[in-house]
Amino acid sequence: MRNLLFFISKYYVFFLFFALEISSFVIIYRFNNYQKASFVNYTTGVTSSFYTTVSNTQQYFNLRHVNDSLQMENARLHSQLITSYYQNQFTPKMVNDTIYKQQYEFIPASVVNNSVTKRNNYITLNRGRLHGIEPEMGVISESGIVGIVMSVSEHYCTVLSLLNNNCKISAKIKKNGAFGSLVWDGSDPRYAKLLDVNKHVPIASNDEIITSNYSTIFPEGIPIGRIFSHSLDAGDNFHTIKIELNTDFGNISSVYIIRNLMKNEQKNIESTIKN
Amino acid sequence: MILEIFTYLLRFALILLIQLLVVNNIELSSYVNPYIYISFILLLPVTVKPWHVVAISFLVGAVMDAFSSTPGLHIAAANFMGFIRIHYLKATTTKEDIEGRISPTLSQKGVVWFVFYCLMMTLIHHTILFFLEIYGFQEFFATLTRIVMSSLVTVMLIVLGQLVFFRSKQKNG
Repeated sequence: MRNLLFFISKYYVFFLFFALEISSFVIIYRFNNYQKASFVNYTTGVTSSFYTTVSNTQQYFNLRHVNDSLQMENARLHSQLITSYYQNQFTPKMVNDTIYKQQYEFIPASVVNNSVTKRNNYITLNRGRLHGIEPEMGVISESGIVGIVMSVSEHYCTVLSLLNNNCKISAKIKKNGAFGSLVWDGSDPRYAKLLDVNKHVPIASNDEIITSNYSTIFPEGIPIGRIFSHSLDAGDNFHTIKIELNTDFGNISSVYIIRNLMKNEQKNIESTIKN
Repeated sequence: MILEIFTYLLRFALILLIQLLVVNNIELSSYVNPYIYISFILLLPVTVKPWHVVAISFLVGAVMDAFSSTPGLHIAAANFMGFIRIHYLKATTTKEDIEGRISPTLSQKGVVWFVFYCLMMTLIHHTILFFLEIYGFQEFFATLTRIVMSSLVTVMLIVLGQLVFFRSKQKNG
């Protein structure tokens, strides 16, 4: 016993180091799965208010660009308004709509912190539990897909950017409906890869890529990008497709968080199959 | 003593601010992610007790983790680097260094020693950090490139910081 105590007291620095190192690996292992990323819940509250101050300052320099993109979006939305359509029918009838039921809600948010050059990038938004945000909601910008909400604090949420090793999004080619999964290979924030598209599917450059209807996170048909280049290696069953992303990740400032009002219903019925 | 702790806290806040506001926004390429916050651990005086160094590295890593929404990556990397630093300094400092209570800085230990020290420590830190970030050995060579490029930029920035911030000390001492 005395020898043991002597041994420990002689190498106490190593033991301290070893204990701390092990604890860090436990944290990494425990929270690596992004659905369980509650570690960030403890910290976002504090660190986000710091990043808010920073981004408030930065937003002044971005105002011109934001103004332009908002104006564009406004023009597009105005043209979709009922008042900008010519009415063929002389007396429009009011019907209680039973065919269409709202499934998706869009909550505007602005980016507080963002990165594009790391291997795993995260985005912080200024919306949180108070605004009804929950993990696994989709996030889009006016030009395309951005990421998935990972963890939520009272006033903020962190988003798993599309530019992240853990982010895999179900996508399809608009022209022929072929499915694939969208991942980022970590080299250039302007491009991503589309995996698992079978070799018999005909594809061409500039084909449009949109979200598929398989996910409960994104509505079908949100634009993602266009095929930049594609190749098929001999003996390979899947196309190698490089996609030019619509969203300019280096320059996003205002985004929308998507709430799927029927998500629980779909999840519930799907979970009954597994059991 | 209290004044000394306060000075180091202030220095840490300054380094953290530079890391978060300036260095994190360098967008040269996705292979260059310099982390200069480790210079706080590197520049602690040689007389700081070993277990203090380990504990400080752990805390520095934890703060950095909180600000970059990564669970435990910076803790693991910084803590390991802090531990290696203890042994590296034990092997390369002289008795006069310890009696003079110096910090292992550019002006005190010379350019060659300092650059090599920084490079070794940065490589250790970045290797652990980037391999844990990808969480496996897929994209092995891309990660290796990322480690080497980022380390070189980190060392360059730390040396640059030494030239800017520590010149006045050289005149006094």
